[in-house]
Amino acid sequence: MGFYFAQLLTGLANASSLFLIACGLSIIFGVTRIVNFAHGSFYMVGAYLAYTLVTTLPAGIFGFWFSVIAAALIVGVVGLIIEVTILRRIYHAPELFQLVATFGVVLIFQDGVLAIWGAEDLLGPRAPGLDRAVRIMGEPIPEYDLALILIGPLVLAGIWLLFHRTRWGVLVRAATQDRDMVDALGVNQAWLFSGVFVLGAALAGLGGALQIPREAASLQMDLSVIGEAFVVVVIGGMGSVAGAFVAAVLISVLNAFAILIFPQISIVLPFVVMAVVLIVRPYGLFGKPGSEHGGAAEPEQPLRLMSSQGAMVLAALVFALALSPAVVSEFSSILLVDVMVATLFAVSLHFMMGLGGMVSFGHAAYFGVGAYAAAMTVSFLGFGMLPAMAAGPLAAAAAALFFGWFCVRLSGVYLAMLTLAAAQILWGVVFQWQDVTGGDDGILGVWPPEWASDDRVFFYVAFVACIGGIWLLRRVAHAPFGYGLRGIRDSELRAEALGMDVKLHQWMGFALAGAFAGLAGAVFAFSKGSVFPDALSIAQSVDGLMMVLLGGIHALAGPIFGAGVFVLIEDWVSRLDYWRFIFGAIILVVVLLAPDGVAGGVERLLRVLGLRRGDAA
Amino acid sequence: MRMIRRKILGALAALPMLGLLPHGVQAQDKIVLGEINSYTRLPAFTEPYKKGWTLAVEEINAAGGINGAMLEVISRDDTGDPATAIRIAEELTTKEGAVMLFGTFLSNIGLAVADFAKQKEVLFLASEPLSDAIVWSKGNKYTYRLRPSTHMQAAMLAEQAAKLGKKRWATVAPNYAYGKDAVAAFKAELTKLQPDVEWVEEQWPPVFKIDAGSTVRALEAAKPDAIYNVTFGGDLAKFVREGSLRFLFEDRAVVSLLTGEPEYLDPLGGEAPEGWIVTGYPAVQIETEEHMAFMEAYEARWGEVPKTGSIVGYNSVLAIKAALEKAGSTDTEALLAAMEGLEVPTSPTGPFMFRAADHQSTMGAYVGLTAREDGRGHMVDWSYADGADYLPSEEDAAKMRPAE
Repeated sequence: MGFYFAQLLTGLANASSLFLIACGLSIIFGVTRIVNFAHGSFYMVGAYLAYTLVTTLPAGIFGFWFSVIAAALIVGVVGLIIEVTILRRIYHAPELFQLVATFGVVLIFQDGVLAIWGAEDLLGPRAPGLDRAVRIMGEPIPEYDLALILIGPLVLAGIWLLFHRTRWGVLVRAATQDRDMVDALGVNQAWLFSGVFVLGAALAGLGGALQIPREAASLQMDLSVIGEAFVVVVIGGMGSVAGAFVAAVLISVLNAFAILIFPQISIVLPFVVMAVVLIVRPYGLFGKPGSEHGGAAEPEQPLRLMSSQGAMVLAALVFALALSPAVVSEFSSILLVDVMVATLFAVSLHFMMGLGGMVSFGHAAYFGVGAYAAAMTVSFLGFGMLPAMAAGPLAAAAAALFFGWFCVRLSGVYLAMLTLAAAQILWGVVFQWQDVTGGDDGILGVWPPEWASDDRVFFYVAFVACIGGIWLLRRVAHAPFGYGLRGIRDSELRAEALGMDVKLHQWMGFALAGAFAGLAGAVFAFSKGSVFPDALSIAQSVDGLMMVLLGGIHALAGPIFGAGVFVLIEDWVSRLDYWRFIFGAIILVVVLLAPDGVAGGVERLLRVLGLRRGDAA
Repeated sequence: MRMIRRKILGALAALPMLGLLPHGVQAQDKIVLGEINSYTRLPAFTEPYKKGWTLAVEEINAAGGINGAMLEVISRDDTGDPATAIRIAEELTTKEGAVMLFGTFLSNIGLAVADFAKQKEVLFLASEPLSDAIVWSKGNKYTYRLRPSTHMQAAMLAEQAAKLGKKRWATVAPNYAYGKDAVAAFKAELTKLQPDVEWVEEQWPPVFKIDAGSTVRALEAAKPDAIYNVTFGGDLAKFVREGSLRFLFEDRAVVSLLTGEPEYLDPLGGEAPEGWIVTGYPAVQIETEEHMAFMEAYEARWGEVPKTGSIVGYNSVLAIKAALEKAGSTDTEALLAAMEGLEVPTSPTGPFMFRAADHQSTMGAYVGLTAREDGRGHMVDWSYADGADYLPSEEDAAKMRPAE
C-alpha cells in the first residue's frame, strides 16, 4: 500500500513540473493563437539561468528561491523582446505562420545556450532545506518532490486569481473568446498580447528553474519537453489552464504506474493517451468548440490556372532540371534528388494543409511508412526497386486511410495533434519492434539495382517519381476533387448544403496526401540506401511543416519554393560553425520580410518590378 | 551599357552555380580524409573527439606528413540525422576527393555510413559508435571499428560483477539499440560466469527522457542485490540523484557502463557515486610514457584534460596513419588490404590491432571503481582491460558476419 502511495506521489511531482511548462503554452495559445515551438527553449534557458544564479549567489534557502524567481523573470523579459521584435509583426500572417518564427528562435537559442554555457551538462545543487527524503508510510519521498506537489496547484491558483480577480485577467479571458470584440472595445491588444506572452514565457522559465534540483541543465532539454508539453495542453483543451493541470496529472501518474508493468511504454504513452482522449472528446477534456482555430485569416484568393507565360517558364525550369545531370557534378545530382524528395513531401503536405485546410504535425508518418514499406519489400520479399517504389505509396495510403478516418473527424489544432499522435505511435512501433523493423538500427542495404546505381541514372528515376507526383497533385488541385476540397476548407457548412460528403472528401484528400508522401519516402529510401525511425520522427514532420509555411501556404508554388530554399540553405549553412544560429536568423529574416511566405514575397517582388500585374491583394 | 549590366548581373546570378561544377584536380601533396560526426546534436561528446583528431593531424603534418603528403581532414556535422550523414558522405567522396571516411558517434549513423561505404566501395573507420552490429551482424568488407564495442565493455564489467557473487540483479538501460545490446551482452556474459544469477527486474526509460523517480522506485520494489546501469548523460545525473535520495544504492552493488568516462563522470561533480564498478578513462592517472606525452601535448594545445572522445579521435588518426603507410597508396583496395590485421604499435592507450576476421580493433578500456574527492568524481583501483581478451575468437566472430 505504502509503495503505491509513494509511486502516486512521484507521479504527482512529475505532474507539477509538466504542468508548469504546459500552462504557459496553453495561455499563450489561448490568447495569441501562436503555437509556440520556442516554449521548450524558454524552459531550457530558465534552467541554465537558474543554474548560474544558484551557483553564483551565496548558498541558502533565500539564495535558491531568489534564483528561481529571478530566472523566471529574466526569461519573461527574453519573451518580451521576442514578442515585440518578431511576433508582433506577424500576427496577421496566415494561420500557423508564427510557428516558423518560433522555430527560428529555437535554432538560435540552441546555439546561443551552447555558446554561453558550453556543451557539458550542468548539474546544480539540491534545493537547500529540501535536500533529503522523508519517510511516508515507510517509503522514502524526496522533500523536494513534496514541495513540487505543492507548487503546481499554487501556481494554478495564482493563475486563476490573476484571470478572475484582476481587470487584466478579465481582458485576457475576453480576448481568448473574441479578440476582435475586445479590440473594438478599445483595449490595446498589442500590450495585452505582450503581457500574455511574457507571462507564458516566465512560467516556462519557472518550470525550467525548478528542475535544477532534479536534473542537470542540458542542451537536450528544449526538444525533450516540448512534445509532451503540447500533448498536455491538447489533452486538457487548448487555452484551458485547469485542463492542462488535469492532463499533466493524468499522464504523469499513468506513467509512474505503467512502467511497473510494461517498462517500454514510456516512449509512446503520452501520445496514446492523447489519441484516446481526442477520439472520445474532440476538443480535449476541457476545451470548448471553437478553441481549435487560429486568428481570423484573410480569405484566400481562388487558385487560378497559370498564364501561358508562367507555364512556359515552368516548363523551361523542369526541362533544365531534366538536363542538369549532364552539366552539373555528380554530387549536385545527389543534392537535387534530396531537393526533389523534399519538394514532393512538402507538396503532399501542402495538398492537405493548403487545399484541404487540414494541418498536419505528423506528416512524416506517411513518408516513413512509404520508406519502410519500400525497404521491407526489398529486404524481406526480395523484390526489385520498381515494385518496392510502388509498395511505398500503397502502404502509406493504407496507413493514411486508417489514421485519416479518425483525424478528419476533428479540426484545427486538434486534428493536427491527432496526426502527431498517429505519427508518434507509428514511430514507437517501428522503434520498438526490433525483429521486424530493425528498431533504431534500421534496415540497411536498400540500394538501387545495378542499372540504376549510377547517381545520374537514379536522378532520372527520382525525377520521374517526384516531378510526376508533383504534377499529379497539381492536376488534382485543379480537378473537381480539388475544388471540392477547397470548398470544404472555406466553408464546411455550405459544402455540405451543396450535397457533398464532407468527411469522405477530406478522408480521401488525407489519404491521397499520405500516398504521395509515401512515394517521396520510397524514393528517399533508395537514395540513402537505409531507413531509420528518424524518417517518421517529429523532426521530419517539422521540416515538412517549415517548408510549406516558409514557402507560403496560399500558393501552389509555395511548397516548391519552401523545400528548395530549406534544403539548399541547410546544406550550405551546416558547413559553418554555429550554423543553427545562422539558419535561425535566416528564417527570421525571411519571416519578417515575407510574412506571406517565400512565394508571396516573390509575387510581391515581381509586382514591384512591374513584371506582373497586381490584380490580387 | 545595358548589355554590360546584363552580363554582369547574369554572371553574378550564375555564381552560386559554381558550386555545382565538378571540382578541380586535387593537389598531389595532400591526402584528404572525410570526417562525419554529430557536432551540433551531441557537442559534449564530439567536441573532445574533434580536438583529439585535430591534435593527431597537426602532429603528423608537423612531422612531415605521410610519405611527404600532408593530411587534410574535411569535417562535417551530420546534424544527428542518418540521411544527412549519407548526403555528406556522398559529397566527401565524390566532390571533396576524400580517400576514406571516419567518425560518427550514434550507432544508427555509424550503420548508415557503413552501409554507404559498402555500396560505394570506400573505406570507413567507425571511430565512436559502440553498436555490435557494425562489425558483426551487419559488418561488411569496407567497415572497421575502433572503439571497444558494447559487447566488449559489457564483458569487462561482467568479469568484475561475477566476483561480487551477488545473485539477484536488476538492469536499467535506455530503450534503444545500445541499451538493449548492452543488457543482452551483460546478461549473457554474467550468466556464463555465474550460472545461478537471477534477473529480477528490468527498466527501459526512453533515452534522455527518464522519469527517474518512478524508475528508481520500480527498481527498489524488486529488491535486487545488485544493479546494472546503462543510462548515461542527463539520464544518469537524474538517476543518480533520485537513486541516492531514495536510498536505492544503499548496500547494493552497482555496475555501470561508461560511467567512468569523464564525459559522464565530470558533470556529476560532487554527486558522483562511490564504489560503482565502471568502464571509463582515468586520464590524469595513466602514467605510461605514451600517454604522458599525449596528455602533455593535448593540454598544451587545448588547455584542458583529454576525455574519452579525445583519445578515440587521436587513436583514429593514428590508425589511419598506420594504414596509409602500410598501404603505400590511397587506393581503396590497398587500404583494405592494409587494414586487415593492421597493427598500431604505439598509442596513448597502448598497442592495438584490427582483427582481420571481424574488423574490430583490440583497443581496450579502463575498468575500475568510482570515487569522490574534492567534489569531483574519479576512478580508483583501475586497470587497463585489453580489448582482445573480451572478444569472441576470430572464428566465432567471423561466423556472426553476413556472407560477403
